[in-house]
Amino acid sequence: MCQQSRNTVFTGGFSNPPVAAAQAFRAAMNAMARPGKVQEITGAAPPEGISVAAGSLLLTLCDPETGVYLAPDVDSEALRGWLAFHTGAPIVSAEQAGFALGCWQELQPLSRFRIGTAEYPDRSATLIVEMRSLNVPNAGLNGPGIKSTASMQLPEIAAFQANAALYPLGLDFFFSSGSQIAALPRSTQVTVGA
Amino acid sequence: MSDYNFAYLDEQTKRMIRRAILKGLAVPGYQVPFASREMPMPYGWGTGGVQVSAAALTLDDTLKVIDQGADDTTNAVSIRQFFEKTAGVATTEETKKASVIQTRHRIPEAELTEEQILVYQVPIPEPLRFLEPRETETRKMHALQEYGLMHVKLYEDISQHGAIATAYAYPVKVEGRYVMDPSPIPKFDNPKMEMAAIQLFGAGREQRIYAVPPYTRVVSLDFEDYPFEATKAEHPCDLCGAEDSYLDEVILDDAGCRMFVCSDTDYCRTRREAGHLGRMGEQAA
Repeated sequence: MCQQSRNTVFTGGFSNPPVAAAQAFRAAMNAMARPGKVQEITGAAPPEGISVAAGSLLLTLCDPETGVYLAPDVDSEALRGWLAFHTGAPIVSAEQAGFALGCWQELQPLSRFRIGTAEYPDRSATLIVEMRSLNVPNAGLNGPGIKSTASMQLPEIAAFQANAALYPLGLDFFFSSGSQIAALPRSTQVTVGA
Repeated sequence: MSDYNFAYLDEQTKRMIRRAILKGLAVPGYQVPFASREMPMPYGWGTGGVQVSAAALTLDDTLKVIDQGADDTTNAVSIRQFFEKTAGVATTEETKKASVIQTRHRIPEAELTEEQILVYQVPIPEPLRFLEPRETETRKMHALQEYGLMHVKLYEDISQHGAIATAYAYPVKVEGRYVMDPSPIPKFDNPKMEMAAIQLFGAGREQRIYAVPPYTRVVSLDFEDYPFEATKAEHPCDLCGAEDSYLDEVILDDAGCRMFVCSDTDYCRTRREAGHLGRMGEQAA
């Protein structure tokens, strides 16, 4: 490993982890509790190609107890090294992952990920989907956390309708772009058009 | 600030709790198991709520802690001091100024906003526990949505007492799926659970976390011919005159004298400061 990439591995963590992680978690919690609503999340400086938002989420939620799956588009020596140094999270296959990172196409097929069991629906994967933007709504949302209706930008609609149909099983999603995140839990009903 | 890590818990514990909170929010009303830690207070004193608060607090938060609605009881005071010391966060007794409210057995009277988080201390998170002691069975019952037993219990209340006698920890159904214990809040508070704030529930001894996102449907179980009723003492508050708040009965002497006062001390004080007076308001003020 050359000096350059070694530096990127060791830098880019939270500057004051307890305080920064608390701040980042608040953004993640607000996102998950209010589907579709965009939140600012910062603090991490992940290797190139990974958004600040996705990096901050990984630092906030991952540790040696959580397997992380990296889709082919984001899987790199630099990211593996960065994650290992800052979180200690093992890199695992999609079938075993607690968290997964990648763009929408590269995360397919979704059927590989754990959706929980009838008795333990919490044992399901959380997918962090890297997006170009979060601000061009194409889907209407309904469900817990939403007062009347909400809208958000999704990479497609059908997959999320199918996921919601599995409720209370299913996957939960964060969408990241730049320093922004939005979330879509399995409890949200998705319709075409904002 | 002291030599404690921010908000007492170590970072890995907070991450574990945070992951449980997120799954709890994704499946409202479902009890997520978590590895509850020993806290520097006994079980039954809100160790679950304290752990959830510790994982949710940020440095910018203002914390309010209530015990049965009161800010000045032992439990509330000690938890407030705990976080002043270990997290260095601001604290308040005013519901409006708080961003995180940890509560034991009440929901504040003032309507909560989208900027607030309500953390409940929960003793027994499993609503079916007194009907079925085995965890393996109750888990199966939740998985199969087999809640008939709960309705039988409410029916037996009616057949014995002529009405549903459950007055607190009144079971609710969340978003049409999971039956949930709302913690031992009076059933007067049940309708308030459809609120703008995020509600998080922590049970330390029982090692469960669950959550209700804002505006989630929370329906108290009942029957068509015996609909749910949010009851309270038929009385105005003797200090502030409020007719819409939940009341505590206070015995004043051994000659049968009693008074009813708001259980929410902040609500009562705010009203008295605004000039509202109850039957015994003056002598108390």
